[in-house]
Amino acid sequence: MLEISNLTHTYGSGPSAHNALGGIDLNVSEGELVCIVGPSGCGKSTLLRSIAGLLRPTGGQVVLNGAPVAQTPDDLAVVFQDYSRSLFPWMSVADNISLPLRRKGEGRKQRARSAMEALEQVGLAGAADKYPWELSGGMQQRVSIARALAYRPALMLMDEPFGSVDAQTREDLEDLTLRVRGHHNMTILLITHDIDESVYVGDRVVVLSKAPARIVGDLRVDLPGPRDQINTREHPDFVRLRAEVGRLVRGMRTSPASAS
Amino acid sequence: MTRQAVLGNRVLCGALGVAGLLLVMEAAGRAELVDPTVLPLTSTILTRVAELAVDEEFLVNVGATMTAWGLGLLLTVAVTVPLGLLLGSLPRLETAVRPLIEFLRPIPSVALIPLAILIFPDRLDLKIAVIFYASCWPVLINTMYGLQDVDPVAKETLRSFGFGPLAVLWRVSLPSTAPFIATGVRLAGGIALILAISAELLAGGSDGIGAYVIKAGSSPDGLEFIIAATMWAGILGVVTNSLFIGAERRLFRWHTARAGVTG
Repeated sequence: MLEISNLTHTYGSGPSAHNALGGIDLNVSEGELVCIVGPSGCGKSTLLRSIAGLLRPTGGQVVLNGAPVAQTPDDLAVVFQDYSRSLFPWMSVADNISLPLRRKGEGRKQRARSAMEALEQVGLAGAADKYPWELSGGMQQRVSIARALAYRPALMLMDEPFGSVDAQTREDLEDLTLRVRGHHNMTILLITHDIDESVYVGDRVVVLSKAPARIVGDLRVDLPGPRDQINTREHPDFVRLRAEVGRLVRGMRTSPASAS
Repeated sequence: MTRQAVLGNRVLCGALGVAGLLLVMEAAGRAELVDPTVLPLTSTILTRVAELAVDEEFLVNVGATMTAWGLGLLLTVAVTVPLGLLLGSLPRLETAVRPLIEFLRPIPSVALIPLAILIFPDRLDLKIAVIFYASCWPVLINTMYGLQDVDPVAKETLRSFGFGPLAVLWRVSLPSTAPFIATGVRLAGGIALILAISAELLAGGSDGIGAYVIKAGSSPDGLEFIIAATMWAGILGVVTNSLFIGAERRLFRWHTARAGVTG
């Protein structure tokens, strides 16, 4: 459903130019949850912004469901890392979620119903009339996720979605993501710098090199489901994949034993 | 109530200060330290202030001043907020207009009243025009700066859901700028009152607090009424300002609450 071919992007020009993407080729099929992991500042966010149509890449092409991405595609939603800035503080939680649905031409009642449904899915049915800043960080990020879910996108992009919450909340949100993904047969692209997280959440982990980013690894994660925070993380396959992704992120060669 | 509680309460402490000053002035007058023909006794002035509150002629004049004030402020908001949004959204246009703004803004508005008298034959038009000129600056500047302060992540969020630039302006930039605009309008409200009364004083005419003050100047006990009317102008300023502050607190609770959280 998503085809990225030879995507390059350079910020600025001349001697101060920063080459963020050095030719990315990536295909994602429908319903997949792909984690993109790479060292800090490697261009992960540039990649996400190119896919979302928020940034016009210098070269290459992104094709979503057969159509080249020029502007923001219709059936796409983004969950940003910075929930406190991404949610609108002057609107209630329910209004935050229903606002994007105006784009889909849904009526007032339908929007309110979709918002309630999405809030129930993230376990925040009671917070509809609250304001985002009255909620904890983890709850705010749940609202962001609910907003993306209510939009029923074909592709959900998540940019370091759990980077600003504490470890316990992070695990809860990872499990929430795994739980809701099945609801709408969504394709999810999750960007993270956390190696463990990428293996725990993903069906597939794509590893980027440091800038200019290139794909240096593309691993399938075949862990027995349903995944849970304790058992999955001590599974031998998890431990092996985590080490492998870790080596790739640090730019080391994969050990022959684990190469498949 | 203990002494500390009295001094700790801002309203009470302020009221004590005002009462103290009035008492000192009254005592100075009674002790004949101050000539009552220069500054009448405080008690006399306060009596006049109370009389004016039920004086029909004075109330009509207050109505005239406040009508000009309200219409002037309304015109200011209606013209200046869209203009500020336009200039704030188009940096090139802003750069082109900036020298003009920097030239016009420092001109003391009161100095333009004689010119305005020549241009506007109607007194109300004249007042509205000078109010508009003087009070448009804080609204314009606050709108433009507020717009620059809009969080790029908030704008990007709406864009990522496929909303175009106009929708982003209407649904994100405007609400997020609203508290700044409101502060500009509150400042403009104070300026508008000054300009309304200044225009009445300079341009003469038959109505308004300024016209009342000029007329009082020619009567024998006019001084007391001039001071009393001036105090009413001050009271109107304080009351309108507090109304604006109250409205801002109610409408933009999200703004203050959030600012409190983030530091």
